Amino acid sequence: MKRNAIVLMVSLSLILFSQVLFAAGQADQAQKGDAGEVTEIVYWQYFYETKSKLMDKLIEMFEAEHPDIRVVQQTFPYEQYNTKVASSVPSGTGPNVINLYYGWLPTYIDSGYLQPLPTSQFPNEKIEQEFFPLVRAAKFDGSYYALPTAVRSLALFWNKDLFKEAGLDPERPPRTVEELVDFAEMLTITDKNGNYLQTGLTLELRAQMHHWVREVLIRQMGGTPYSDDNRSVTYDSQAGYDAFTFFTDLHLKNKVGMPNFMTDDVTAFKSGAMAMTIDGSFRLGTLDGVQGLNYGVTELPSMNGISSSFASFWANGITSFTTGKELEASLKFLEFLTSDEVMSMWLDAIGELPAKQALALTDEFRNNPKYGPFIRSLEYAHATKFIDESVQRKVWIDAYDQVVLNNASIRDAVNEAAATEQKMLDSYYNSK
Amino acid sequence: MKRPQSYTIEHTKRIWAYTFLVVPVLFYLTIRFYPTFYAFFLSLTDWDIVSRDKNFIGLTNYRNLFQDPIFWKTLSNTGFYVLYGLPISLLSGFILAYNIDRLKKGEGVFKALYFLPYITSMVAIAWVWRWLYQPAPIGVFNKILISIGLPQQKFLFSQTQALPSILAPTIWADVGFQLIIFLAGLKGISRQYYEAAEIDGADNWDQLRYITLPLLKPTIVFLIITGTIRYLRIFTQVLNMSYQGEGGPLNSTKPLVLYIYHSAFQQFDMGYAAAMTVILFLIILMITLIQLKVMKSED
Repeated sequence: MKRNAIVLMVSLSLILFSQVLFAAGQADQAQKGDAGEVTEIVYWQYFYETKSKLMDKLIEMFEAEHPDIRVVQQTFPYEQYNTKVASSVPSGTGPNVINLYYGWLPTYIDSGYLQPLPTSQFPNEKIEQEFFPLVRAAKFDGSYYALPTAVRSLALFWNKDLFKEAGLDPERPPRTVEELVDFAEMLTITDKNGNYLQTGLTLELRAQMHHWVREVLIRQMGGTPYSDDNRSVTYDSQAGYDAFTFFTDLHLKNKVGMPNFMTDDVTAFKSGAMAMTIDGSFRLGTLDGVQGLNYGVTELPSMNGISSSFASFWANGITSFTTGKELEASLKFLEFLTSDEVMSMWLDAIGELPAKQALALTDEFRNNPKYGPFIRSLEYAHATKFIDESVQRKVWIDAYDQVVLNNASIRDAVNEAAATEQKMLDSYYNSK
Repeated sequence: MKRPQSYTIEHTKRIWAYTFLVVPVLFYLTIRFYPTFYAFFLSLTDWDIVSRDKNFIGLTNYRNLFQDPIFWKTLSNTGFYVLYGLPISLLSGFILAYNIDRLKKGEGVFKALYFLPYITSMVAIAWVWRWLYQPAPIGVFNKILISIGLPQQKFLFSQTQALPSILAPTIWADVGFQLIIFLAGLKGISRQYYEAAEIDGADNWDQLRYITLPLLKPTIVFLIITGTIRYLRIFTQVLNMSYQGEGGPLNSTKPLVLYIYHSAFQQFDMGYAAAMTVILFLIILMITLIQLKVMKSED
């Protein structure tokens, strides 16, 4: 009797428990089904204040045009965004339209998470004619899987007030790398023990400087970071050694800065403790909000007559489990997000550049004191074909620590970075 | 009507107790135990979270693990955290508790003071200490060093200083917990033993050695076991105090759990990460069994 009662209780509570779950599921279903006329789609992007605010505005505009569609924006902190996306894959749930970093696309396309954009609405020729060539990084096996609203490139930011204090012309930024180092030395202030009170230039490999080493310095030293098919690392070469010697010397010999100064370069530049930084166009929105910061932007300094920059983009794709009405609505939303109107608004609000050449390369934008340098550098910028950006960034951070903390030779440090990265590339391409 | 004999109030009570316990049991089965066992299976696959297939690859993950220098580095870092963190926090917890126990006044104030860090969020502690450790002009520690004419220290940016620098706030927060439990243990020892010992002429040291410590043994066992597990699973501090949660510089502060987290949620190498969790599980199991055995055999 006693045992029976227990069994009864257990099974009762099991049934109750599953009822609750079932009911919750039903309610979910009902909400979706009953909406009938209105199709609801979900949009994911990482949280960046100006972006998420603008998106709210854009969604309002879109919904006014399409009263039968409702778009729900969900954002996640940047640090967890990729994890969040990845963990939504095995469960087969998630958004309909999703904003992904171009470097992550291979992973998500391989896993079948994204569906190719239908050529009826997004013909390849039209994309290739209208968008910047770097957008081809979103093309796999002949199909485009995602399209950006905006692209970004790197440029040099300089603090005009600090230039004046150092006796430099505040309107004359460095044009060559040699000038960059000279200026940085003049702009660095240390106490009598050699501690930095103000640094001349950012050395933040964790932020944008790994791009500077990889796509700018190595090329300026006459090398290339990767083979043409992107499958092999080629910076374990004299050009790679020269580039990294130059970079580590900025701290060891020229003494114009160090990583982590004031915790990170954005903080340091914002607070006027760093005179020059290399950052993306997306930073314009942040820096314009800082009171009392009087800064200018210019193209990255050239060396040996070579100009280079790094370009990248976040692109919007549609998940493969989106079908029927939701797919129709998602395609309309994607069309809206890649429209000229939205691209112009995006530039004003975020500082990211229109992804369409005709829109970006107007004289008005090319000569704009803030966007201009970024737009001009798009013509010679390179978009690294990343497979796993976090690994590809970390090899440079470790190489730097090996040289600066462990007194390793440049050659050993760079070779080790190359070997680690090659191993990762091999394991990716060999599984194709 | 006569109530069946087996249906006493006692039984009704018990049934209700079981009914209430079913919910947590279900919760633990689905949320805790199922994933735990699933991890054993995952460790034998090459699952990368985003692909649909989980291919069985036997012991390959374990073989790769034993050849991975970072795995050994994180294992030795974890050992460091346990071997330095636990004894220091245990000893300081005991010394503080022993002295607070002898206070006539202000016991509550001291208890609150030392316990505060423990109830503070580890993330908050980690970030505050991270700022304290920064180079001048931000970091307070370095500013003090400079003001008394000493050279700046690298702290979190040095391969040798970073791990102790992360351990310091961990111990600082942990001491409060050890102290409170020790204090409870000390209060549980009857005054009569000490009075008798005093009559027999035992001094403070004798009392500590022959009365306090032996009678505190259950407390010590509890604190060592829970402490070992806590230090073995160290994660939050390192994630928040090392730059971008890398466990750097050059993996010098990266504990095993952080490596598991990176493998699983950054490299998406779930199989490899699962293999590491299995190893960590075995280590924790082994240490706990050894500790229980050692403590029991001494009885």
